[in-house]
Amino acid sequence: MTSIELRCHVGVGPKVDGVALVTDDNFSARYDLDRIKGIFSRPQHKLADESYVDKILVVNTAKGGVASAWMLHEMASRGMAPRAILFNRVNPILAQGAALANMAMCDRFNDGDVTNLIKTGDHVMVQPDIGLVTILRRDDR
Amino acid sequence: MRLDDEEHAMLAGELGEPRRWGMEHMLQVGRFFDADDLVPVSQAHMMADTESLGEAGVVFVEQLAAHAAANRKVRIPMITDPRGIDFDHYRTLKQTDAMAALERRAITAFEALGILMTDTCINYQTIMPPVRGEHLAYGDTGVVIYCNSVLGAYSNFEGGPSALAAGLSGRTPRYGLHLDANRKATRRFRVMHEPKGLSDWGALGAIIGQRTGSYWDIPVIEGITTQPTSDDMKHMGAAMASFGSVALFHLVGYTPDAPDIDAVCNPATLTAQDVNEADFAAFFGSYGGRGDKIDIVVFSAPQLSIIEMRQLADLLNGRKVHADTTLLAVTSPQVAVDAERFGISQRIEAAGGLVLKGMCFYQSYAREMALANGWTRLLSNSAKLVNIIGGYGYKPSLASMEDCVESAVAGEIV
Repeated sequence: MTSIELRCHVGVGPKVDGVALVTDDNFSARYDLDRIKGIFSRPQHKLADESYVDKILVVNTAKGGVASAWMLHEMASRGMAPRAILFNRVNPILAQGAALANMAMCDRFNDGDVTNLIKTGDHVMVQPDIGLVTILRRDDR
Repeated sequence: MRLDDEEHAMLAGELGEPRRWGMEHMLQVGRFFDADDLVPVSQAHMMADTESLGEAGVVFVEQLAAHAAANRKVRIPMITDPRGIDFDHYRTLKQTDAMAALERRAITAFEALGILMTDTCINYQTIMPPVRGEHLAYGDTGVVIYCNSVLGAYSNFEGGPSALAAGLSGRTPRYGLHLDANRKATRRFRVMHEPKGLSDWGALGAIIGQRTGSYWDIPVIEGITTQPTSDDMKHMGAAMASFGSVALFHLVGYTPDAPDIDAVCNPATLTAQDVNEADFAAFFGSYGGRGDKIDIVVFSAPQLSIIEMRQLADLLNGRKVHADTTLLAVTSPQVAVDAERFGISQRIEAAGGLVLKGMCFYQSYAREMALANGWTRLLSNSAKLVNIIGGYGYKPSLASMEDCVESAVAGEIV
């Protein structure tokens, strides 16, 4: 496949690439994660028991809870964080947390629902400084 | 972003490294949300429990605290959200000495920054409620939604790092709910079933939060005819923020920006969704658990007011909590003093409950406490708490304060 470019709002954090983990569910570091094991722990979450470590995590929006702002920093300090998180629309907390953690984060995609545009397993490059996410490879299954 | 001379000086490091960091952090966040400038804020409130901070976060704060006093002290009154430890009781809860040691390090660093360790998420009831129109940098979603909605203040959700940046600089990026244009209602709900009691108000907040589901949407609520109390608004707001990331609601006839529906939206173009009795029943029913052995009953999230503490003490009068069940009542350090002075805490503890101060259950290494104490089935009257705690390995259920007490005495969910 040729690469697919997805334009979004300018984000925060460094340029990164990795494998996508996608859900149309929402995200909170406090509510949803076992941060020690690096997995989604909330039984009702659509990614329950999945590892998010080093993934390009693609979710719908952020849920309540201000703790995620510190938690992204803490997770990154142990190398147990996603490489990037992409949202349809994020709340202030997660963006603030990404700024402290120096984690790549983007939202507001021009072409619609990012949880449909990117598939789990896609190899994705994220460039927050110019608001660009590129799907580099997609395994046909 | 436009900066004034003082902000340029802070960004250049002329007022010390902590303020330079704060400015850099706020510019990143401001650019993300298209802020044109910074707005002066009069108070900051910071969520900073050590479970969230971890070793890395504590080291970060200690590095800021190592700077000269003139460079590190916050410039506006800055207070704290609940912590993870009540030093009088952490061993009873089977929290570890390592947790307590990390907490002490964090407190030392925050005090060096000039922060008042109020350790409360009900500062709007106990410390200094903001005035209508006051711009703030508040953390804790329950604090923000209450102050925006019930008191007419202006704050975004500020996570710990951003609240700290605001405290150091006296500014926060002007975006989101600092702008009047973003405070009009975008969703409309009509309540067909009057809430009765705090868990009902929490359930209403949860239902509206679930349906709204976005920080950037503002619900307006019609149909309430009974005067709500501060505790009612507290539980509704905390649940709405928890379930929906909502930071502002309007309650027609009761909140200051909504004397009538026309003040917050054009009712001709905004269709109302009903919230009826069946929605409440479905919400409570989604947690289930009737007849299950109960490990722990928790009154927390938000911390209890003195009125809630007395209600709980009255319900526990002459009763005894089941030997296999733990009952925790969690309040602020300020309320705890009064509760003891009035004999309220003594009555709760005479019934076998434990009063904790300055912490909040879910901010207190809840997973580790569950493993150490063998706690799984949790009951609370807080919709916010039951929403959060499932991710920590608990099986939560929601009930009224009265039913929580009956269940605690019976040792099973009644």
